[in-house]
Amino acid sequence: MTATTGVQAELLQGSDAIVRSSILAGCRFFAGYPMAPFTQLLESFSKHLPENGGVCMNAESEIEAVNMTLGASSTGARVATGSTGEGIALMQEAIAEAAFNELPMVIFNIARGQQDYFQATRGGGWGDYRTPTLAPKNVIEAVEHTHLLFDLADRYRVPTLMYGDYLVAHTQVSVAIEPREFPPLPPKDWALDGSSGGTGVAKEHFAYAIGKTNAPGIGPNAHWNNIAGKFRDMEKAEARFEGNHLDDAETLIVSFGTSSVFVDHVVEELRADGHRIGTFRPITLWPFAYDALEQAANGARRVYSFELNAGQMIDDVLIAVQNRHKVRSIGGLSQDSYGLRQGSMLDAPVIRDRVLSALEADRA
Amino acid sequence: MATVGYVDIDVERCKGCELCIPACPFDVLTMSQERNQHGYRYPLLAPGCTGCKVCNEVCPDFVFTVYREPRAPGEDAAEPADEAFEWGD
Amino acid sequence: MPEPVALQTPTMRKVADAHPKLMVEDTHHLCPGCGHPVAWRILAGVLEELALEKRAIATIGHGCYNAMMPMSDFEIYQSLHGRAPATATGIKRMLPDAVVFSIQGDGDMANEGLQEVLHAAGRGERITSIMLNNGVFGDTGGQMTVATVLGQRTKTSLDGRDAQAHGSPIPVADLVARLDGSAYVARGRVSDRAGIARTKRILQAAFQTQLSGDGFSFVEILTMCPTGWFVPAKDGGTYLDDSMAAVYPTGVLKQPAG
Repeated sequence: MTATTGVQAELLQGSDAIVRSSILAGCRFFAGYPMAPFTQLLESFSKHLPENGGVCMNAESEIEAVNMTLGASSTGARVATGSTGEGIALMQEAIAEAAFNELPMVIFNIARGQQDYFQATRGGGWGDYRTPTLAPKNVIEAVEHTHLLFDLADRYRVPTLMYGDYLVAHTQVSVAIEPREFPPLPPKDWALDGSSGGTGVAKEHFAYAIGKTNAPGIGPNAHWNNIAGKFRDMEKAEARFEGNHLDDAETLIVSFGTSSVFVDHVVEELRADGHRIGTFRPITLWPFAYDALEQAANGARRVYSFELNAGQMIDDVLIAVQNRHKVRSIGGLSQDSYGLRQGSMLDAPVIRDRVLSALEADRA
Repeated sequence: MATVGYVDIDVERCKGCELCIPACPFDVLTMSQERNQHGYRYPLLAPGCTGCKVCNEVCPDFVFTVYREPRAPGEDAAEPADEAFEWGD
Repeated sequence: MPEPVALQTPTMRKVADAHPKLMVEDTHHLCPGCGHPVAWRILAGVLEELALEKRAIATIGHGCYNAMMPMSDFEIYQSLHGRAPATATGIKRMLPDAVVFSIQGDGDMANEGLQEVLHAAGRGERITSIMLNNGVFGDTGGQMTVATVLGQRTKTSLDGRDAQAHGSPIPVADLVARLDGSAYVARGRVSDRAGIARTKRILQAAFQTQLSGDGFSFVEILTMCPTGWFVPAKDGGTYLDDSMAAVYPTGVLKQPAG
């Protein structure tokens, strides 16, 4: 994909930047329910979507928000919804339904920290589906990921998720909201608009693929097997990651999202002191770049997993790394006193300390 | 009432619910003794049908196709379908 | 013994098809005496008469009435249980010229989906929500719903619904009518010919309300469930009139002024 140049950078809050990028990507429907730290995304969509010919629903509940979004998606529009972890939890049935109805939608989790990794990657809905998830490390990346999420959703006809957080949504940065080019997409001939009524084969969206008398569906067994196959295809094609200093890394630190910005800073400091440390950052939480991590970890003596939760991403690290005894956690659950964002462990000196303590313990 | 109507009864679709029997304003439907493939008895049509369509409307199983003679000029057209009704019970 | 049947004469013309135009010929497996297909036929006829078939999109809940979907020749979105008015909202907001309506049973709407329908009504959403009310969860075998009337025996109220033990029914249509956003609210029944004729006019008025953009329209249709009610199929109509219609009077609760 290429980005056009010449677009002026502006000082924007992350939430506004994501909304502007969504609208530029063609999003014309959003439904949400206020919940910190997601609320500003809803407010921003509420302001900007009508200005751009779209609809923003201040839905009466998260469940209604996501079901409105399903309906809007069935008409072929580019649509999105969002919340924070607890609200995303309420939406799970409908997110799974989107996967089985093959309805594209983008879901923004402006999470209260890093504790929703399992929710995003293991899914909380029903049935055999996965949720392609991008975890931007900062606002700039969130803006890029936004358009990519709408494209992936349309390309594969799946719900996609942005794993954002308080920092992504509420930091103000200078960012250019640029249009992006993607390869052409097939027409949405499955979209509903009423016009196939009375033809004998009026369209139907039904997750169980039962179909109609004149157009029998393939049934749930065949349909759900097809859906599972689609996610296997995505696994092969859509994993993304970023690795640094992999060629000489004796120690490899794995982290995702905004944590990785702090980890990168600490690693540069420690490298200047002579430590041979590399970093691996999954950009897609699902599909996780297992092969790339396996390869990156081969040359390392130890793999440290840093995440601000009780240990979620580390499960994927363990799947990737051949020798599980190399892997240890140097993160932990850390929330602020309100529970709305990451806590005191998200701090460079603290992280530096944890890395050095771990190195000392490992070398002893 | 003269027989000016006729209903084709899809006997195999019928589930023997008998809702059509009291619904018919002219009492020309009675349930058979015989049963269809599924084990249900089904309605039989006697003379006197006016093609009023009530059976077609009350049937849950899409059993009745209704036919009627075109009305001759001057013939009394009073049928239950044309009665006025009031809202509410 | 009935007299010999008069045969069809060559001059007779067909005045009613067994299947309306928007119901493809097929056999459904709903119980003998079920009221849902009767209501569904009326709906298909109204869509045809108002020439809405190329604009109509239905969001359907989960219940026995799903058996009517394969035969229905209008566009359908199968919603999650309780959510049909919310998915209808998303569709209507994207396609304001479509005629969008939801069809749910009493279990789907009054139990799982009470907030969805009340919120859609409160918003004055320009959709038409239809509740097929037979006072039971038929599809799961006949359990009590929020709409089950006192005294009704169900699988979860075997001795009859009792206000002390099970609470009292919630009349959804009355709640909807109370809200400023609802423009047309009415109740019909399909237990006999007069009820069927009234239900047809109610549905016509409801869709006219949507076409005029007056606000949210709501139609409750009392349907027979002899299986769920433990009565013979042929008694479903009179049982409906005696039990359900006594608690849920038919008629127009609210209509646009003028």
